[in-house]
Amino acid sequence: MAERSFAKEVQSLRLGAGEVFRGEGILGVTKALLESGVAYVGGYQGAPISHLMDVFSDARPILDELGVHFETSASEAAAAAMLAASINYPIRGAVTWKSTVGTNVASDALSNLSSAGVLGGALIILGEDYGEGASIIQERTHAFAMKSQMWLLDPRPNLRSITSAVADGFDLSEVSNTPVMLELRIRACHVYGRFDAKDNKRPAMTVQEALQSPRRDASKINLPPFTFLHEQDKVARRWPAAVDFVTRRGLNEIFDGDASDVGIILQGGMYNFVVRALELLGLSDTFGATRIPLYVLNVTYPLVEAELTRFCCDKKAVLVVEEGQPDFIAQAVSRHLNDADLRTTVVGKDVLPMAGEYTGAVVLDGVRQFVERWAPETITMAVATPPAPAESFVELQRAVPARPPGLCTGCPERPLFTAVKLLERELGPVHISADIGCHSFATLPPFNLGNTIMGYGLGLAAASAFGGSGDHRALTIMGDGGFWHNGLSSGITNAVFNDDNGVIVVVDNSYSAATGGQPVPSSKLSATGRKVRYSIQNAVKGVGVRWVRTVRTYDIAKMLATLRDAMTTRATGPKVIVAEGECQLNRQRRIKPLIAAAINDGKRVVQERFGVDADTCTGDHSCIRLSGCPSLTIRPNPDPLREDPVAYVDNSCVGCGVCGSVAHAAVLCPSFYKAQIVVNPNRWDRFLGAVRRGVIGFLQRSADRRRAVREF
Amino acid sequence: MAESSPRPTTIVIAALGGQGGGVLSSWIVDVAEHAGFLAQATSVPGVAQRTGTTIYYLELFPEEAATAAGRDPVLALMPVPGEVDIVVVSELVEAGRTVLRGLVTPERTTVITSSHREYSVVEKAVMGDGIVDASGVRAAVEEAAKACVVFDMAALAESTSSVISSVMFGALAGTGVLPFQREQYEQTITRSGIAVDRSLTGFAAGYAGAVGERDADAADEPPLMVVPVAVEAEALLARVEATFPVPARERIIDGMRRLADYQDLRYAAAYLDRLDGIRELDGGGEDGQYRLTAETARYLALWMSYEDAIRVADLKTRSARFERFRKEVGADPEQLVYVVEYLHPRVEEICDILPAPLGGFVMRRDGLRKLLDKVVSRGRHVPTAKLGGFLLLYMIAGLRRWRRWSYRHGREMALIDSWLGRITASASADYALAVEIARCQRLIKGYGDTHANGMKNFNAIMNVVDRIDHGANASDRIGALRDAALADEDGRALRDAISVIFE
Repeated sequence: MAERSFAKEVQSLRLGAGEVFRGEGILGVTKALLESGVAYVGGYQGAPISHLMDVFSDARPILDELGVHFETSASEAAAAAMLAASINYPIRGAVTWKSTVGTNVASDALSNLSSAGVLGGALIILGEDYGEGASIIQERTHAFAMKSQMWLLDPRPNLRSITSAVADGFDLSEVSNTPVMLELRIRACHVYGRFDAKDNKRPAMTVQEALQSPRRDASKINLPPFTFLHEQDKVARRWPAAVDFVTRRGLNEIFDGDASDVGIILQGGMYNFVVRALELLGLSDTFGATRIPLYVLNVTYPLVEAELTRFCCDKKAVLVVEEGQPDFIAQAVSRHLNDADLRTTVVGKDVLPMAGEYTGAVVLDGVRQFVERWAPETITMAVATPPAPAESFVELQRAVPARPPGLCTGCPERPLFTAVKLLERELGPVHISADIGCHSFATLPPFNLGNTIMGYGLGLAAASAFGGSGDHRALTIMGDGGFWHNGLSSGITNAVFNDDNGVIVVVDNSYSAATGGQPVPSSKLSATGRKVRYSIQNAVKGVGVRWVRTVRTYDIAKMLATLRDAMTTRATGPKVIVAEGECQLNRQRRIKPLIAAAINDGKRVVQERFGVDADTCTGDHSCIRLSGCPSLTIRPNPDPLREDPVAYVDNSCVGCGVCGSVAHAAVLCPSFYKAQIVVNPNRWDRFLGAVRRGVIGFLQRSADRRRAVREF
Repeated sequence: MAESSPRPTTIVIAALGGQGGGVLSSWIVDVAEHAGFLAQATSVPGVAQRTGTTIYYLELFPEEAATAAGRDPVLALMPVPGEVDIVVVSELVEAGRTVLRGLVTPERTTVITSSHREYSVVEKAVMGDGIVDASGVRAAVEEAAKACVVFDMAALAESTSSVISSVMFGALAGTGVLPFQREQYEQTITRSGIAVDRSLTGFAAGYAGAVGERDADAADEPPLMVVPVAVEAEALLARVEATFPVPARERIIDGMRRLADYQDLRYAAAYLDRLDGIRELDGGGEDGQYRLTAETARYLALWMSYEDAIRVADLKTRSARFERFRKEVGADPEQLVYVVEYLHPRVEEICDILPAPLGGFVMRRDGLRKLLDKVVSRGRHVPTAKLGGFLLLYMIAGLRRWRRWSYRHGREMALIDSWLGRITASASADYALAVEIARCQRLIKGYGDTHANGMKNFNAIMNVVDRIDHGANASDRIGALRDAALADEDGRALRDAISVIFE
């Protein structure tokens, strides 16, 4: 079960012809897959396509009815390899992941897949995490399409276009025997909109039916001499077939305008941005009736040269709006126009930035520059200029602090990093090889722990140069997600094989937490509710690790002692610490309804949360630097003489106890207390409570009287 | 063409992770769709979900205009600076951030923001006071916007046991910037089917806040406490009035009050005795504010009320504290609340409250000290609201009467006198330097290692004070050293700053 429940969305997967689907872009894709007769679906979770996986996980009954096989792949490589089912059989398959990181992992399988070619449609749905809020390296998927000759769809960012692209993508894949990638930018994945639903379709052939009569075609095997033939087939047959299909189906769109001697060539995904820019310049209405002709590339690879020639032949200049770098499309357009002996000037990254997200403001600025230079006569209204930053903004800038992301309230990983901080107090700074996951946030304030991040599950391998014997050891932090993704083989096995002396902490929080709480092999249950719980400890022992410890992360003292031991023991070979603690976000989601129900039933429940006594807190904030819990915050000092703000635990506290343990382990201060609230107390509770109140109240009243004498 | 077609209404929501920005966004979509609008909403949740800020962007377009045109409008997925109608923000400096992003313009933008602060981790982690000065933010937002609705939505959420997103939704409805009726908003909440009653209460509070903004903004003044004053206290107050300059008086009275509470009235009188020496040297300073007396009064009171186990036990067992933690956890009257203290006494804290000869005896013998430390130094959970825990702390608090003979007291008094000696020595030659020396007491705070570290930094600076030439920016330099001491935990910034002075 993931972070969000998709019960409602699952129901919308049942919509049929004549009904309107409403929801997020990525959920529209989910529905479109079922309408396209997909036979199998796989993928690896990650923003912004996690919801596709989550919805399919929750939609088991519908998938069963239709005979669709669904699995959560162990990695993007596994997902890509799954598409091999479409090589020999006319069955449609779709996989999904976050790009470009996932595409990197998958690229071995993708090369093989696109070399052999496919019989059934193979669709790869890519959630692009580029620009604001991105958590990954900023690169383009376009390069993968070019190197392996896979076709790349980049539809206009509305649900109708996106869902049509799914159906068209399967057809294109089958016509050209080539896997097709459908890239969706993060905002398009999350955009709320609507489209007219169609009936779901059972696959023409299910995976079981395919297995009943296995087919073998030696020419589809990626070995010489066939690999040479595959390459020839790609350029001689598959490519022209694709171009032909794109043209006939009209996948790319031309929107004509009266300023016919200029035009804009754009990626489909940039359409709404360009139209808004034109609208603000007075060159289009809200419905996209534009004066500047647009050639919208819903297929960004391959280019359809005949269309390009037709669009450009009467134009003195075209603007290419292409997000990301290198500017592959502009290069290809220039090359083609040159080959076709057209004199059209290609404008692109000279008025638009070479790198970085194309925001509304950036596109507006680029389009304005283009129009001012090449079609000044079309400008009939005062061109809007972006508001210049006022003088007072300088002061405002200072008053607005950065807000780096951090670990959630009660996160089990927080005490682990507190222990690492305390370890560094003893041993001095340590080289820490970080990995990808929630624990990556430890590289940010307040922990500031971690020297490198090399890729998912690659943390330990990234420390392998430091694995030799000597007085110093590197520390690797890896999540259970990264561990199962490939950390076990490229990290642990590699370390055993090379007798690496490093220390590795595997954070076992029972979920792939950073991507929305999907299950991993060591979770209690799989995405479909099957019991899994494959042990990380057994896995590392199985590949030959001799030094394995398991510690609850919330036990800071024990964690510190175990880390110290691992960093200093004379034992050789990798030292593995499995740090256990259930993801608090998911835990709260799991237990909150249970507690609420128990309280409603009048059952005795003891709830815990933490607090800080403002009058003993001296405002040093060590506790915050060692914890960083969002619920541990500050407020102005109520003491008229003290200046520094005091620590304060707000109402979001879940009572995990870390702040108290930190106060103990780091010998901080006596200000932390745990409050135990007895809800629905029984008679015995009430009796004890009365006795305690009686005695304590008596003593307090006498102390109050003594104090009153000296009060003024 | 462009002139005739209606324009979409554009809305930005900026919320921190966990504040329900996504819920608010989906509510606006729902209310708009039911009122005959096409609605598009998008966001970039990603990692910002975890405590960062998330921006949600919505565009609303009248459905009948689309029907008339026979086409769907092309709605944007991202705000263009200068083209935003409504900005709804859950926190004050985030409202400032939307201004910096150019999303707020005086021609079109109505800003609806909560006036409360959620401190960022960079503000929280500072060793001293890292809270940014946000006093100008509200004014900057009001200046940048066409209209502005600002009030404390977090407080309203808490007082109505609701969540801030409900209050924000109510505030949006209350401003009337969208063409929907109050009932339409409320129907949206009802349709959502989750925590409907509490959401509606929060909504109503937000609505009222936006409609009668003034009322919501006025904080209740706490009633003044009238406390009978003992004769001895009257005498002390009279002494302050008679002998201390006006600008320093309030501070001094606060200090006396603190020390009387900490120890007794005689201790407060001793405080005035010490201050007398400073006042005599204080000609008022350049601005006539008697800064030296006022600052020394503040820090002397803090130092004299050093935090020992007696003080901690005293504060932990007070009746007022018991009322406070009940309130802080929001317990209902019929619920029982117990507290567990997290204490970690070391042998040092034990010796501190022993009679001076005994405490000194232990502390001077390494072997004995370490042995005892092994026995006592351990994280302890003390249940203060149960009899055993309470009696233990109550007994320790009772040691107050003998505090003057404790091992710690004598040492603290000696340190205080040497600090006052430095202030006195500089006062006539370099008034500003004397003030800065007084302020250095700020570094001595906390318990255990934190206290020891602060003391180390304080001593290092006092060492500089003894060697530095008066005049010649000495006061600025000492002030800078104090800031350096608060810049990091390992004392590197301070060491660097000191080495620069003497290089």
